Amino acid sequence: MQKQAKFAIGIVVIVVSLACLAWMGYGESKTYYHTIVELQTLDSAARSHRIRVGGTVEPGSIRRYSDRVDFVLEGEGKKLPVSYIGGDPLPDTFADKAQALVEGRSTSEGRFVAEHVQAKCASKYEAAPGGTGGPAAKSSQPSTM
Amino acid sequence: MDLFGSFALVLAFVYAVYAFVGGIAAILARHPLLVKSTRQAGIASCCLIFLATFSLEYLFFSDNFSIAYVVSHSNRDLSTFYKIAALWSGQEGSLLFWSFLLAIYVFSVLTYRNKNGELMPYVGVVMAGVQIFFLTLNNFVASPFKALATPAANGALEYVARADGNGLTPLLQYPEMVIHPPNLYSGYTGFTIPFAFALGALLARYPGEKWIHLTRKWTMIAWMFQSCGIMLGAHWAYAVLGWGGYWGWDPVENASLLPWLTGTAFLHSVMMQEKRGMMKVWNVWLVFCTFLLCILGTFLTRSGVVSSVHAFAQSSIGSWFVGFIAIILLVCFGAYFWNRDYLKSENQLDAIVSRESSFLFNNLLLLVSCIAVLSGTLFPVFSEWITGDRISVGAPFFNKVNIPTGLLLLFLTGVGPLLAWRKTSTESLKRNFGWPLGTGLFAGVVAFALGFRELFSLICLILRIFVASTIGLEFYRGAKVIRARSGASFVASTVDLTMRNTRRYGGYIVHVGMVFVFIGLSGAAFNRDTQKEMQLGQTMQIGPYTLQLQGFDTKPEKNYTAERMIVEVLRDNKSLMMLYPEKRKFATTDQNGTMVAIYSTLKEDLYVVFAGYATSGDARLSEPTRKMDLVWRRIRVLAGAQQPAAASPLAQALTPHRHASGRPSLRPPLSRKHRASDENLRT
Repeated sequence: MQKQAKFAIGIVVIVVSLACLAWMGYGESKTYYHTIVELQTLDSAARSHRIRVGGTVEPGSIRRYSDRVDFVLEGEGKKLPVSYIGGDPLPDTFADKAQALVEGRSTSEGRFVAEHVQAKCASKYEAAPGGTGGPAAKSSQPSTM
Repeated sequence: MDLFGSFALVLAFVYAVYAFVGGIAAILARHPLLVKSTRQAGIASCCLIFLATFSLEYLFFSDNFSIAYVVSHSNRDLSTFYKIAALWSGQEGSLLFWSFLLAIYVFSVLTYRNKNGELMPYVGVVMAGVQIFFLTLNNFVASPFKALATPAANGALEYVARADGNGLTPLLQYPEMVIHPPNLYSGYTGFTIPFAFALGALLARYPGEKWIHLTRKWTMIAWMFQSCGIMLGAHWAYAVLGWGGYWGWDPVENASLLPWLTGTAFLHSVMMQEKRGMMKVWNVWLVFCTFLLCILGTFLTRSGVVSSVHAFAQSSIGSWFVGFIAIILLVCFGAYFWNRDYLKSENQLDAIVSRESSFLFNNLLLLVSCIAVLSGTLFPVFSEWITGDRISVGAPFFNKVNIPTGLLLLFLTGVGPLLAWRKTSTESLKRNFGWPLGTGLFAGVVAFALGFRELFSLICLILRIFVASTIGLEFYRGAKVIRARSGASFVASTVDLTMRNTRRYGGYIVHVGMVFVFIGLSGAAFNRDTQKEMQLGQTMQIGPYTLQLQGFDTKPEKNYTAERMIVEVLRDNKSLMMLYPEKRKFATTDQNGTMVAIYSTLKEDLYVVFAGYATSGDARLSEPTRKMDLVWRRIRVLAGAQQPAAASPLAQALTPHRHASGRPSLRPPLSRKHRASDENLRT
């Protein structure tokens, strides 16, 4: 019986301590997804979280400065000015009309300060139906069956 | 050719269904002829999948731009290698590629010299079941052979062909594209075979432990591919900008790690079953989970459930995978429930300081890590269900759990193999661990005195030296015995030693590979980043290096135009080399690709990125030096190490059992294949 108790203690210690670490890591890094519209209706408590917002990069809005990159995200007819201050260079897919996911904090002046930017161009691996493939791709059909 | 391909796929589907249904009937009726015919149907199905895959490749090489898939993923000027790789660059093709690789595995199992007559029909049925699922997707959900057509005035469809294709996404045009997905997919698909053997043995209540050897062997092969695939992917993400670094805890990266973790756990705990007849239930479930996680990983990559930089475009294919996962779970639970008495343990744990308990804790840690990664990956999905808010967790969450877990695992890597089964005496502990532990701690003290202050890196350093010395000591002791007997040189004795017990010493070599991986990972603590806008002739300083911008040029290539920065690297006022970070502009897609220039030394990497032009018109340069490059350089070590370990059980299986104790007289053909894949890595 005693040796089984030893194993049980060992297992519990490991699992509990790792669970604590997981909880700490969760508190540190939890990020809320919001749409641009939702962002404007949040109360101040919700605003203080780390937030992730998705949208489309407004064409011609990208401005590169030495310490930051400014651009405007559009979504559901609303616009959100964003300043990217992260250390990594922006991905190649980040361009006008790309779908971008920015992660960071919202400031009281309505500007979003992003630390991470992910971008996906509209035709990332797959031609969007009816998009780059043109009308021909849209009406494609299986050649057999 | 597209007609040929899709007919081959339909026929393959029909054969697979026959192999499945007929297989069940054959098991129930115990009819030898039926068993034989279903086996042949399985083989035929595989051959047809090969033909379908080759015909899609043929369409790529013949620039047939009337096929939608070819149009979206290729263009005339695409180089040969990428035309091969275009096969797996999109949803439909990569699903066909899944079937293709699975067919290779199934083909080898079915045509392998048949020694397990009673078990094989069950295995065949399970494999056919998995094949049916993927062939359903290939045929009816995501066919890669769709032709472009346009409706004519009378309502009939007319085929159209386009002059050129849209080209391959620039991010995919990198040499790793040719080898990383095949490796990773071979890992994913390979875990089907252990699953089939485990489930088959459970359903058949197959007597003896033979099936566990077979399962272990196939797991080892899949595990090797999975490891190589993950490492190659990490290197790709490191060398090409836009993937987010060598490891970013991205959902798709996590998805590839999950089956690797459970697979690794299985490879360890299976020894408990072989040696002591313990943990049978656990092992069966590890195999089941590994396969489920493979399917889950494929599902995450393709369904758009979680957002990821690596994911395919969103599609409706997800529900098929959810259904398939549900079916597998049901079958697994059912099979376990009806046959659980078959998995009774023969022994119990004896002592806390024993080989058994080290395996137990190894499994516990791998499982905890797996659960943490899985829950972190799926957190947005579950939080949305439960609270309505979509909450994601980032790198700090994963790192907080996995760094300590990794360090504990590294510790066990050193300790486990040297503990005795059942119970280890204090004397043997002293004998085996005295020196290594001393060396490790000594190195830690020296490093601390030299100003090494990062806590985790310091612990990691101590553990690495400890593990490396225990392994070194093992090789030294073994080789010394052999040398005393044979009088050969020390190196020859070491090689001889490894070949005599490939399982044990091959395992050690894999452990050495893991030590190197840890060296690379812990180097991340020393990264330094600098960004600067540069004018011609200007310099910037980072660490010991001085970089001077010497010029720009433009290099037109067949498929893209490269804008390059010419950067001279100086150290102590001596010119080291020129680096050419570049930005590629792809004509067909109007997209960019940034190629990082990396200067690698054994100690560190200089990582130079051409970030683009500032709005004022200056070129901007940023270069973190990163020590982590060691991670990718160790790929070769890990891949090489796999070779003896994977070869050993196969050697035993291929050669008659009289060789069981000695070294195999026949080099198994598979080990040559391993070497070939190792060679590919080098080029």
